[in-house]
Amino acid sequence: MEFLYSLFSFFYQFGDAFAFLVLSACGLAVIFGMMGVINLAHGEFILCGAYVSTSATHMGVPLPIAIALGSLAAGIAGMIVEVVVIRPLYKRPLDTIVATWGISMIVTQGTLIVLGTTMAGSGTPFGSFTVGDYSYSIYRIVLVVMALATLAALWLMFTKTRFGILARATIQVPHVAEALGVNTNLIYSLTFGLGAALAGLAGGLYAPTMTLVPTMGAAFMVEAFVTVVVGGADIFLGTAPAAVVLGFIKASLTSWQGQLAGQIGMLIAVIIVIRILPRGISGKILKERA
Amino acid sequence: MSSASRFTSILKLIEGPQTLGKGPKFWSGFSVVLLAACAYPAFADSYDVGNNVYFFNWLFMAMGLSLIWGYGGALSFGQTAFFGVAGYAYGVLTINLGDAYGLTLLSLVLAVGLSALFAAILGYFLFFGRISGVFLGIVTLSVTLVLERFMAQTAGPEWAIGKARLNGFNGMGAMPSLTIPWPGGNIVLYPDVTLYYVTLALLLVCYLGLRILVNSRFGNVIVAIRENPMRAEMLGYDVRKYQLATFVIGSALAGLSGVLYTSWGNYITPASMGMTAASLPIVWVAVGGRTDLTTTIIGTLAVLMVFQSLTIYGSQYALIVMGTLLVITVLIAPRGIVIALISPFMRRKSKLEGER
Repeated sequence: MEFLYSLFSFFYQFGDAFAFLVLSACGLAVIFGMMGVINLAHGEFILCGAYVSTSATHMGVPLPIAIALGSLAAGIAGMIVEVVVIRPLYKRPLDTIVATWGISMIVTQGTLIVLGTTMAGSGTPFGSFTVGDYSYSIYRIVLVVMALATLAALWLMFTKTRFGILARATIQVPHVAEALGVNTNLIYSLTFGLGAALAGLAGGLYAPTMTLVPTMGAAFMVEAFVTVVVGGADIFLGTAPAAVVLGFIKASLTSWQGQLAGQIGMLIAVIIVIRILPRGISGKILKERA
Repeated sequence: MSSASRFTSILKLIEGPQTLGKGPKFWSGFSVVLLAACAYPAFADSYDVGNNVYFFNWLFMAMGLSLIWGYGGALSFGQTAFFGVAGYAYGVLTINLGDAYGLTLLSLVLAVGLSALFAAILGYFLFFGRISGVFLGIVTLSVTLVLERFMAQTAGPEWAIGKARLNGFNGMGAMPSLTIPWPGGNIVLYPDVTLYYVTLALLLVCYLGLRILVNSRFGNVIVAIRENPMRAEMLGYDVRKYQLATFVIGSALAGLSGVLYTSWGNYITPASMGMTAASLPIVWVAVGGRTDLTTTIIGTLAVLMVFQSLTIYGSQYALIVMGTLLVITVLIAPRGIVIALISPFMRRKSKLEGER
């Protein structure tokens, strides 16, 4: 019985780590995979989602709607950023990193000036349950379900909807898509907006579990980066398996040595993976299939 | 070839295709600036002199980043990791070894060597894995952020190396300044006139040395790799080795900055490896014009001065201005504001030379 308890505890931690990696990385992965742009303002879209959804909760909006609002706000902000800053830079991918970093600096410091050093949180909902000697938060289980649901929704969106097909066409051969009458600029805007909205969703979902500070985006950055680097450019063949592997490493090291060890272990794993699979898990899979 | 003529042929590389500024006009201007810099302590009070040393300290990291990013074309966001590693290493070494017999100078060399070793290990995995350009930036950024978090949690007494407590978030202090052993009493380099001249001399050596490096065969190869890695490879150069060497040299310069900074203030904190600290070098180098050492230095000094005066008059807005400056630079003057300002002049000059 004791063994089953600790097995459950490990699976709980693994699920928690997996959900965090998937949710924090999928926005970044959509933008990188579809557009080749690394969005260093990713953390700030997460921040936007978290702040908007928490403010909405304070005003009495029910949590699910508040999270959707946060995601929507981040998505709109993302589309604005795409039009103003990213669009002139498509031919210079390295410069988009630098420019988005500039945006990140402006937003973090701007939030600090306008909204102060911290914002009152909304508290984790749903309470907890007990297995063996330990109690577990139900909300963490909800987050795992949400992570899986997000992956499923993205898969449906990119394979079954018109937007998904147009987006993939635009990414593969932009000028042919354009010649066939696709408004590629709009597709790029929407894709970037989708990535930002996913970041906002992660922010909204995790807002009840965290302290809200203007630098909270940085807490997601390392996890999001390493997942995308290990995964490579494809969300389903890359991000999801990368999150499984890294989630396993993180959960084992965290339960053994603490949270920081989990992060360090993940980072070392990533650096080693780069040496073996420079284009990530999805690059490896796609190369073998081709 | 005799050793003397070999030496002069190396010296000739001080100007060449990879550096802006050549001929008597540039070098006389350079001498005027250098003389002004030498005369400066005679006219300024000691606070300003110490403050200028603070500016000088950062220039090494900026030049290193210019080499990696501007010349090599590999964008590293995590130069502060090497800054921090060398700074902490200097602190740990000097607190344990003391400041007698020139041991601080030995610590300086060891600390810079350690940061170079760290860069070599990290760079081996990154460059020999042939990752694409965008990933280098985010991996190095992740490394510096994780290092910051690691150092921030070393508050307990169990986190000590010898006599040196790491002190977690509050940072490590009370390490001795750089001390030069001298007959008739050691010279301790407090942030004052002596340190000013030592740092200036070091800066001059690094600047001229880097000019020679980038105009040498090595420098031309790394620029070729920046322009077209595949072509460089087809021409028979092992791209990975050149990129790794560039990365190690640039990171060692960041480490030198870290040691000088730690010795200057007798203090280093984990925040020196954090997000804000990591973003500033990018701003300096991008604004100045990363593809040239001279414009990098001009840009870095200008941005540092603006940043400091902003911090004095309205600290919270300084970072917003820096971010805006970065975005505007990338959108309007992607090669750097200083280069954009001088390039019309440069073009006219080269056209005149062509007509002749």
